[in-house]
Amino acid sequence: MKKGHLLGLGIIAIAIVIIMTSIGDASSYESFTTAKEMKQNGEDNAIHVVGQLKKDSTGEVTGLNVREDKVSFTFMLVDNEGVEQEVFYNEPVPADFSRSESVVVIGSYKNDDIFIADKILMKCPSKYQETEVQVAGM
Amino acid sequence: MINTFIGNLGHFMTIVAFVSALTTAYAYIQYFRANEIDKANWRRFSRISFTVHGISAVMIAVSLFEIIYNHRFEYFYAYSHSSEALPVHYMVSSFWEGQEGAFILWIFWNVVLGTILIFTNKFWEASVMVVFALVQAFLVSMILGVVIGDLKIGSSPFILLREATQAPIFQMNPDFVPEDGTGLNPLLQNIWMVIHPPTLFLGYASTLVPFAFLMGGLVTKRYSEWIRPALPWAIFSAMILGMGIIMGAYWAYVTLNFGGYWNWDPVENAVYVPWLILVAAIHCMITFKKSATALKTSMVLVIMTFILVLYATFLVRSGVLGDASVHSFTDLGLSGQLLIYMLFFLAVAIVLLVKEWKNIPTSEKEASVYSREFWVFIGATTLSLMAFQVILPTSIPAWNAMVESFGGISNMAPPADQIEFYTKFQLWFAVALAMLTAVGQFFWWQKMDKKALKDALLTPYIISVLLSAAIIVLAKVYDWQYIILVLAGTFTITANSVILLKILKKSTYKLAGGSLAHIGLGMILIGIMFSSGYSDTISINMSGLTYSNSWEDELNKEHVLLWINKPTQMKDYTVIYRGRQKKVKGISEYVPAKILEPTGKVNEALALEDYKDDFKKGDKVDIVLEENDYFQIEYYQNEVLKFSLSPMSQFNEGMGGLISSPASKIFIDKDLYTYVAAMNDSEDPEWKEDETYEAAPGDQFHVADYVTYFDGADVLKELDGYVLQEGDVAVRANLRILDYDVEKLLQPTFIIRNNQVGKLPVIDNELGIKISLENILPEENKFVFKVNHYQKDYVVMKAIVKPYINILWIGTIIMLAGFTVAIFRRFDEFKKMRDKGLEI
Repeated sequence: MKKGHLLGLGIIAIAIVIIMTSIGDASSYESFTTAKEMKQNGEDNAIHVVGQLKKDSTGEVTGLNVREDKVSFTFMLVDNEGVEQEVFYNEPVPADFSRSESVVVIGSYKNDDIFIADKILMKCPSKYQETEVQVAGM
Repeated sequence: MINTFIGNLGHFMTIVAFVSALTTAYAYIQYFRANEIDKANWRRFSRISFTVHGISAVMIAVSLFEIIYNHRFEYFYAYSHSSEALPVHYMVSSFWEGQEGAFILWIFWNVVLGTILIFTNKFWEASVMVVFALVQAFLVSMILGVVIGDLKIGSSPFILLREATQAPIFQMNPDFVPEDGTGLNPLLQNIWMVIHPPTLFLGYASTLVPFAFLMGGLVTKRYSEWIRPALPWAIFSAMILGMGIIMGAYWAYVTLNFGGYWNWDPVENAVYVPWLILVAAIHCMITFKKSATALKTSMVLVIMTFILVLYATFLVRSGVLGDASVHSFTDLGLSGQLLIYMLFFLAVAIVLLVKEWKNIPTSEKEASVYSREFWVFIGATTLSLMAFQVILPTSIPAWNAMVESFGGISNMAPPADQIEFYTKFQLWFAVALAMLTAVGQFFWWQKMDKKALKDALLTPYIISVLLSAAIIVLAKVYDWQYIILVLAGTFTITANSVILLKILKKSTYKLAGGSLAHIGLGMILIGIMFSSGYSDTISINMSGLTYSNSWEDELNKEHVLLWINKPTQMKDYTVIYRGRQKKVKGISEYVPAKILEPTGKVNEALALEDYKDDFKKGDKVDIVLEENDYFQIEYYQNEVLKFSLSPMSQFNEGMGGLISSPASKIFIDKDLYTYVAAMNDSEDPEWKEDETYEAAPGDQFHVADYVTYFDGADVLKELDGYVLQEGDVAVRANLRILDYDVEKLLQPTFIIRNNQVGKLPVIDNELGIKISLENILPEENKFVFKVNHYQKDYVVMKAIVKPYINILWIGTIIMLAGFTVAIFRRFDEFKKMRDKGLEI
């Protein structure tokens, strides 16, 4: 039985390591305010911030600034607490970016002014909530 | 006119299928309990009931396909998942794009599997079919679409558009039928997406078979006999599920532009995990057949496989993943139903297992280190730990939802860099697995002690070290982690090849399944190591732009901006973007988009110029999916055109914008994978201010940076599209514009009729210029041109070299071949025993 026990202990040990790293490496959802605090406290790990693109009074997205070589851009994101933040993304503008309902940025603050997104997830208006039907050709 | 018949038929068939599933379950329970006299009657009744169920399930599918095939856009499903322009094979994809269609597919496969089981396996029929019928009842309830008060059971695919939306048009005209649907998601317009979902769902459906046999075994107290009929099905299931996963990975590789075949997205993880557990289960079942150990482990793993498939379905389709996945899944309000479905079978399985636990035979013998049981057990444990490591973080959104449903707050998010996070564990587990398969196979085929093991392993060990050394040196693998991976991979390949040769020499190919599958595993490992570990982005931006912030200069810009016709250096290649293309029916290569003008009819265009021998100017040609643009990019080495690639993008208004698909150049030792990340939008150009030029014939001047020659003008006798009358004067100027190595002839025209001036400007979208001939000054012999310009055409592209990716694909094929051989062997075994009447 000794070997069996050793084996069992080994498995449990590996399982615990897996659980600990899963918790340790798990990111978290933050607001820009808490994210900035984390940065000031020296925590550099990437976090998630959920927000919406800044829109002007006519509902157009504003603050989108594409770099001259078109391979990166910055935009203004308003998080769920209403805090506005300029975000930099080192990729070309995703195709349906300005149409997205909400945007999740995964990344961290570079300095106090700019948030660098390593990855962006977009939630687009769902087709299932569509209330308009194309009536062309009636 | 609205056709309500077909929808009502579909809905009615859904209800029939649901009721008949419950009846079948009841009838089989009665058959199971009945005494010898009643048994025949109950069996006949059960089978009739199942037949009714099967026919109605098929009718559901037929009704839904009829709606899509005949473009009945009065139905929500057809409206939101298909369009007039879709070819038939993509209508098939439309069928399962929606969740309801996916459930129908699953139901259909279960019917097929159930029918096969009734015919092949009479003894287990009753107990197995009870489980089948119950599963079917749950699945059909997902598409039932019945609302009782606040309670909604299932989401029916047969609802009309006017019931699904509150569009104001339906208040004015309830019989309104839209002209066209919103189309199929362009990402799914791919041949792999036609065959990937059915394969995956057959895999899902078939995990039910071993589970059902196990339940039957527990109820009838035949604790070990269930393994023989279940084993070939378990291997079949693992093969099909594995194939489905690979097809999905391959589809992602050729269609999506995230730059690879595997992304550790929750949706991918959700199929990977049950597959791992299923493979572990198979190993334990085989061990049990050989040596009567690992029975309880097999049972637990078989149950876990089935429950994990349900859990995967729950994660993916309940909307709980929400922000965590790049795949968009809509919440149809089925989460509660899915949860009940999963918990029901989990509870049934646990209750039965616990009740019978004490009676299940176990082997008291402690497994020796030199026994195959020991090594298989370690292998199964490794597989289970791999699965555990993946499912735990994947479930974080579900965990958050659970905490929140109890009023708590949990802001845990999945790891920020998923690829890095999962790889650091899965890599080492995979190395361990590779070693285990190599050693384990030797234990499997012969009795081992310390010395025999040493002798057996020595040759493969030496061969694999030499082989690895060659690979490491030739392919320049200098990272220590990758060196270990290469060693482990080659070791499992050589060790299993040695076994394979022995087996083939001594006995039949039928026993070769295991070693084949393990060789495949080794190749997959090495293929992944090269294609992912050494994937090299060659489209590094070297435009030399400096940014306002210093930190931005430090970042690698992994895309290049390609202006049309302008050569750009990209590592070993010089690339030139040459403009947009379309795919024309009947022509194998792509045709330049500029010579095709849309006629307004779906997928039809007018040819503006002759094109080779394929069509003449003025012909009407059929376009294959007119929304698709292909961007022609030429690759030069030493000024010689080597090849050209045409990555695709599609603009789809209904689906919310642009979607692009990669194009790859496949070499024997690598893939060059490219995709377009952004492009010029020429639909609605912002013209800059007018510029006016005066030029005499023969002059050379600059128009928006282009060297332009004015070669003179012609007086026209006739003009395309215009009827010239007596006294009309039409003058056409010939402007030659040079853009790098391309010379373009632009011919703005000027017409005078009854002292009125008409101007026919020319627009060149590629160069982004519009030129009109404004005036002719005969006294000075000068012509006045007005020029507007906007953005020259461009694309932003990413290019990645993926070395030795073919080893990965070949490895997967070998692994699947191994599974196939094993299925035949096990089924053969089962059939022989059954026919001899030795075993039921």
